Amino acid sequence: MSEEHPLTQAVIAGRRKDVAALVQQCLDAGEKAKDIVEKRLLPGMMAVGEKFKRNEIFVPDMLIAGRAMKEALLVLEPLLVAADVKPEHRALIGTVEGDLHDIGKNLVAMMWKGANIEVVDLGVNVSSAKFVQAVNKYQPELVGLSALLTTTMPAMRDTVKALRDAGLAVKVVIGGAPITEGFARDIGADGYAPDAGSAADVAVAILQAKK
Amino acid sequence: MHFKSLAVSEPAELIFGLAPKPVTTRSGMVIGGGLVYPELNFTLPPISIEAGTMPEVRRNYEQIITGALNRAAELDVPGVVIEFETLPPMTGHPAWGLDIVKILLDGMEREKDRSGLKSVLRMTPNDNREFERPPLLRRGRYWEAMLELFEGSAAAGAELLSIESVGGKELHDKALVNGDLAASLFSLCILGERDMRFLWTHLKRIADQHNAICAGDTACGFGNTAMVLAEQKMIPRVFAAVVRAVSAVRSLVAYECGAVGPGKDCGYENPILKAITGCPMAMEGKTSACAHLSPMGNLAAACCDTWSNESVQNIKLLGGMAPTCYMEQLAYDCRLMNTARASGEESARQLQRWLVESDVATDPQAFIISPQSSVELARVIVAGDSHFHAGAAVARKAVDLLRRAHADGKLRIAPNELVWFDNMQATLDELPESESEFIGQQLALADRSCFLPEEYGLKV
Repeated sequence: MSEEHPLTQAVIAGRRKDVAALVQQCLDAGEKAKDIVEKRLLPGMMAVGEKFKRNEIFVPDMLIAGRAMKEALLVLEPLLVAADVKPEHRALIGTVEGDLHDIGKNLVAMMWKGANIEVVDLGVNVSSAKFVQAVNKYQPELVGLSALLTTTMPAMRDTVKALRDAGLAVKVVIGGAPITEGFARDIGADGYAPDAGSAADVAVAILQAKK
Repeated sequence: MHFKSLAVSEPAELIFGLAPKPVTTRSGMVIGGGLVYPELNFTLPPISIEAGTMPEVRRNYEQIITGALNRAAELDVPGVVIEFETLPPMTGHPAWGLDIVKILLDGMEREKDRSGLKSVLRMTPNDNREFERPPLLRRGRYWEAMLELFEGSAAAGAELLSIESVGGKELHDKALVNGDLAASLFSLCILGERDMRFLWTHLKRIADQHNAICAGDTACGFGNTAMVLAEQKMIPRVFAAVVRAVSAVRSLVAYECGAVGPGKDCGYENPILKAITGCPMAMEGKTSACAHLSPMGNLAAACCDTWSNESVQNIKLLGGMAPTCYMEQLAYDCRLMNTARASGEESARQLQRWLVESDVATDPQAFIISPQSSVELARVIVAGDSHFHAGAAVARKAVDLLRRAHADGKLRIAPNELVWFDNMQATLDELPESESEFIGQQLALADRSCFLPEEYGLKV
């Protein structure tokens, strides 16, 4: 892996207009689509993620890089589908029932996508039944629950219980302003992310431990 | 613009406890008339709100109001604003919200009978309209229930009507994480302005019917979201500070529709509004760290007329229940400001200077709402010929003020934020002069799956 490659550099710099041509150059040089994702694009996103963690850049900069990566994936997607290449992990995320706050949840979804996790966003005010239904449908390895109100914290407990009662072995990570690690443990969640910035690390650690 | 000149044009006069247009409550509190009053806000501990838990919910509010007002009376506060900011189910089921209104009003009456404590209830229904996605802002069950709660509360005796309205938020969240100043302007000054005009026209009718007071709105879901994201290093502080300046154009609409203050506590844009309208303002800062962090804990008090804790859970602390503890903190904060004023104009101004100087150089947002900047920004807003033009102009002014303050060594800004001055300036330079052209541009760019232009009276 190298951050020196022009395609990787284009992703880091968010040069959306350049990436399609650079991807084509890689393909013309005989690189496989899967390798382009893993060796050219993801290192770019990881470098961007590291810069963010070091507080060198901000979310808007990450989104610009993400859009450049998306542009590259538009070119590669047909080839990835043909070769049956899928993202390594899939997650569901949503704000629990009774709660409308979604900016934190959206930021976590963005961080997870940056960590090469496919994310299905269920939106806000998501009932425990809808989480169970969606887990059955999408078969994720990870579910993220968000709440900003003290009065919707009990809905998190209900959701974790509903997932467990349904016999779903999915891992659950929770977060939001009133949430604590102790509460996460108490309701039987598998992880707690104190903020959006750390959510990707928490998710990756859980997914790797699961392997 | 409705307001064409400033009510307060001298930064030194943009000061705590005094507003050119004070508000007198039924109990005789004169807000903005020389005293700063504590304004207490509170919320529940982790508990679901449903029919079966309502007895426990009621017990919590009973405990909160009794404990907090007892302490206020023991500390001889001259009066208290109690803010009841409902939780979503209490707006969705107005009868539940009204139950709590009655508990609070009864508690306030009891304390008045016991100790003579003056108090007033600010009613702030949670704006549930965004439960529909895309939000239905002018119709539907959430709109109807919210108006029913406003109406019932005013009829029951809630005297100050406020809200943290959400019109435009469905696009603004994305504008923030994308660092998109043009989209922020569209959300605040086009969508927000239209929603607030519609909403506050209704609230004014309710207030007039029940002899209540339209107090004010806040760009909490906009400016405070930006501020908190900046605190978390998600977006640049300079961007959040410019968004704050623009948010004043949105919040001003409530006053254009008849609001007279005290402005809502979490409106950190309120100093700009006080300079324009002369209405008293609630503010929050160091004593609201229980709800969220901010970079201007002292400075925010510089021109407050009520001083708030924003929100605290009803949980047990070592000193007592948290709302009671926060009442005490607010009471002492206010006592200091009122003592300074009682010592004479120069003492009050000295304290105002200290409050400002302690924070102003440390953060762009603090700099933007300082009395000096607020007056300069307010002057730009009243010179605008439309909310769009006022928003664009105040954004330009904010960028200019921040850039100059940094260049002059008066404001610390992290090196990785400096590039954002040019980014924001470039965006502002590219804005069309024509509002209709701007709306057309933004409608073409907006994610139409998450907002309905007709809810803002916009034709596509």
